[in-house]
Amino acid sequence: MNSDHHHHDHDHDHDHDHPHAPPQPDDKVHSYYQILSIALKELLIEKGVVTAAQVRQFIEKRDSITPANGAKVVARAWVDPAYRARLFEDGNAAAAELGFPITGTKLVAVENTPDTHNVVVCTLCSCYPRDLLGLPPAWYKSRAYRARVVREPRAVLREFGTELSDDVALRVHDSTADIRFLVVPQRPAGTENLDEDALAALVTRDSMIGVARI
Amino acid sequence: MSRLSPGARVRVREDYPPGHIRTPVYLRGKQGVVERYFGAFENPERLAYNLTGPKKDLYKVRFRATDLWPDYQGSPKDVIEADIYDHWLETMG
Repeated sequence: MNSDHHHHDHDHDHDHDHPHAPPQPDDKVHSYYQILSIALKELLIEKGVVTAAQVRQFIEKRDSITPANGAKVVARAWVDPAYRARLFEDGNAAAAELGFPITGTKLVAVENTPDTHNVVVCTLCSCYPRDLLGLPPAWYKSRAYRARVVREPRAVLREFGTELSDDVALRVHDSTADIRFLVVPQRPAGTENLDEDALAALVTRDSMIGVARI
Repeated sequence: MSRLSPGARVRVREDYPPGHIRTPVYLRGKQGVVERYFGAFENPERLAYNLTGPKKDLYKVRFRATDLWPDYQGSPKDVIEADIYDHWLETMG
């Protein structure tokens, strides 16, 4: 593969101190599959299948989906037992109720309780409830997380700062097919007086993947 | 009507065909229990070649961590669950 580096001028803002070399994202060598993906995009645009604007709009729409959407689903489930029941019965319909349509995959909510903790992975690639939570964090796609969380999940959780006692059963969900999993964390004690918006603000991305509690 | 019901003891086929297989290698040949039935979905092994149908039943299968990994460090209650298509599951007696 051609690895022709360009030595561009460092004229970007660089007013913070750090000892390492400045990041140069544009200088990295593309992998085979990155080049394939760029070539495919360019061909689809050249052939008029999609326009560059449509590609940009799609990326912009994807990037507008954030874990705050999932947090609203969790908070509603905490305050509304009927909604909670609907969420476990049909995740897609429950998410759509709050204005978050999920297409092409089936959303399944799994609930953390005092006895059971759930954590989600995709060992084969990077399946993630993107329609609800947005793009997954980089570590979720890393080979280390994907390989280790099914092999030594408690050690992985410990590295995230989550200690589980041995009387809590751990369930690792490997998203190998058409199902996307949303962990519904336990509602923290002492939040009885918080309203739904304040509760949603407590719900983090990592708690909905299951590597953290709230 | 699905072939398998929750609670059914199953074994994942120990087979290594080429293609776009969504059955993780670490589960092939392993025994588990059907946790739930999800419905019928397009088969990814055909979708990869832009072919559709017939749909395959999809199950959530639960494996004990200690069955997968003899030296597992954790609670004997810990489980790994994966979504496995019907044609990858053999029934156990």
